[in-house]
Amino acid sequence: MAASAAARTSIGLTLRFHRVIPDCSKCPLYRLKSCTSNRANPQRRSSFNSFRTMNRHLQTSKCLSQAQEGSSNSEDPDDVVNVVFIDRSGKRIPVKGKTGDNVLFLAHKHGIELEGACEASLACSTCHVYVSAAHFDKLPEPEEREDDMLDMAPMLQENSRLACQIVLTPDLDGIELTLPKVTRNFYVDGHVPKPH
Amino acid sequence: PWLLIPFPRSHPKVCIVGSGPAGFYTAQHLLKAHQNVQVDVYERLPVPFGLVRFGVAPDHPEVKNVINTFTQTAKHPRCSFYGNVNVGEDVSVDELQEAYHAIVLSYGAEGNRSVGVPGEDLPGVYSAKDFVGWYNGLPSCQELRPDLSCETAVILGQGNVALDVARILLSPLDALKKTDITQPALEALAQSRVCRVLIVGRRGPMQVASTIKELREMVNLPGTRPEMVAADFDGVAEALKDLPRPRKRLTELMLKTALEMPTEKEQERRKKASRIWGFRFFRSPVEILAEPGCNRVAGVRLAVNKLEGSGEKAQAVLTGEVEDVPCGLVISSIGYRSLPIDPTVPFDSRRAIVPNSMGRVHNAAGLYCSGWLKTGPTGVIATTMNSSFDTARSLLEDVESGKLDVSSAKPGSHMISSLLEKRGVKPVTFSDWEKIDDLETRRGEVSGKPREKILTVAAMLKVARG
Repeated sequence: MAASAAARTSIGLTLRFHRVIPDCSKCPLYRLKSCTSNRANPQRRSSFNSFRTMNRHLQTSKCLSQAQEGSSNSEDPDDVVNVVFIDRSGKRIPVKGKTGDNVLFLAHKHGIELEGACEASLACSTCHVYVSAAHFDKLPEPEEREDDMLDMAPMLQENSRLACQIVLTPDLDGIELTLPKVTRNFYVDGHVPKPH
Repeated sequence: PWLLIPFPRSHPKVCIVGSGPAGFYTAQHLLKAHQNVQVDVYERLPVPFGLVRFGVAPDHPEVKNVINTFTQTAKHPRCSFYGNVNVGEDVSVDELQEAYHAIVLSYGAEGNRSVGVPGEDLPGVYSAKDFVGWYNGLPSCQELRPDLSCETAVILGQGNVALDVARILLSPLDALKKTDITQPALEALAQSRVCRVLIVGRRGPMQVASTIKELREMVNLPGTRPEMVAADFDGVAEALKDLPRPRKRLTELMLKTALEMPTEKEQERRKKASRIWGFRFFRSPVEILAEPGCNRVAGVRLAVNKLEGSGEKAQAVLTGEVEDVPCGLVISSIGYRSLPIDPTVPFDSRRAIVPNSMGRVHNAAGLYCSGWLKTGPTGVIATTMNSSFDTARSLLEDVESGKLDVSSAKPGSHMISSLLEKRGVKPVTFSDWEKIDDLETRRGEVSGKPREKILTVAAMLKVARG
């Protein structure tokens, strides 16, 4: 629904579309600049911002309201925070974020396979990541609600955090975030999901 | 995606039965990984989303945000939604197999485990599944009309559903008024006299199946105070240090709530609280009792247990003692249960799942399963998500290896649509659902709720067709 998509975009929840829409950069029409599709043209994306419609009871955590609203396309070098995502197959994907970026949305923007089922409201554990040792202690302590959700994540480690609670700052430059390998041996750590 | 099929030559058609998290997450993964796959999602009700709509508690709206992800999937050009279609009655699984290259069964668990004690059928005894369905607007549960005129309610089971029920029974009305709880449920709760809820389990504090978020909500529930039995916690403090983190944090919170001297501020708060809740451990129901000559529940007879072994595998063993707890409402929350859909589909009635290996149904080529039907009715949305991705991956591997033959074209929804038309069944499309969604949302705005749910299938269909 356009209204809810626009509402989400207007509070920085942009670019979920990247999950189900093909990668334009591989398309010959795009490369020849013959593509007339709206979504292939980044400048046109700003037209969504004009749909500042009602927030339909979208419940999110406080981190989201601090998240970068404008696009991260401009690259002011002072602001850039380099992040490396390591996906479930072990592939390293370096991306450039900005101070203030919410790491979950940065991941979505770059097509990293990190779900965010509850959309950053600390009501799930689907954005669980492992943080590189050098940067883990630089993150602010998790609030109790984040710890509660982390408890639900399979293969919890000492350096586990929820990506939706990580906001980039300059001292996090070079941070590496590894997606847990949730394999067929899903409960290899002995974690048993609770019956309903 | 974990498995991406570049430049596929085939055009597989996959049918998914059930439009809850399992169905949609399986669809999402298939669509992303295979550039040609067509995914059709069939759902018995006119409305999608399964337990996200009918199971997640009304005061947990953030958990329902996942609906936005599912909506995007449903609107994907290679995905179609067909609501109001009862697989097993309107169309058989055999017919679906003729029409599609593969079928993924993800219709979840609509039955419940029975306690298996005398008196279970007495008026005043309900399954948590039905109680939750009632306050969440599941059409088949709207006639429940639970009697909330008693003071004490006993909930059997100590999982998250049990805590959800306790919380809804004891929440201040103001908290519920702004949620999507149904209007009839809100009115019934406004008249409720229930002020004491006991949450009963066979084993001890270290075996509770609920998780810390839900426990914290009970501890912090305005207008209530906890009431536990200190002796139930003997030996627990000593065992803490060896527990894995999630269990440790949960147990610490329980210990603190049960044993620690509260702060002055908390003591004040508890004094003013008019509603009570508490866990009762080491108790198994053996009979549900009625007052002589009166056909209504009047109490529960509980056998006293002791534990043999420790940790998750500890077993409750009867001691021979019993105790009777007077109450006017009993809610059994000991687990959901899947049901067989069609005689041609293998079903393990002991475990109540479709027998499978990594989502591939045993002895049934082209059949897969995901979600609770695959693993049993445990886990949250994240668990189901991972399990669904696994099933999708199995299906894609089979396409790649040729084990699943997608080389010849299949008719897909064309065949099924014309069968349904002949049988007088009119599917509800996703944009029909959006009409229902829109009306519910607009009705909700009137009373400051996220939505005012439509409560009968007939009314839903009327809006869908309108």
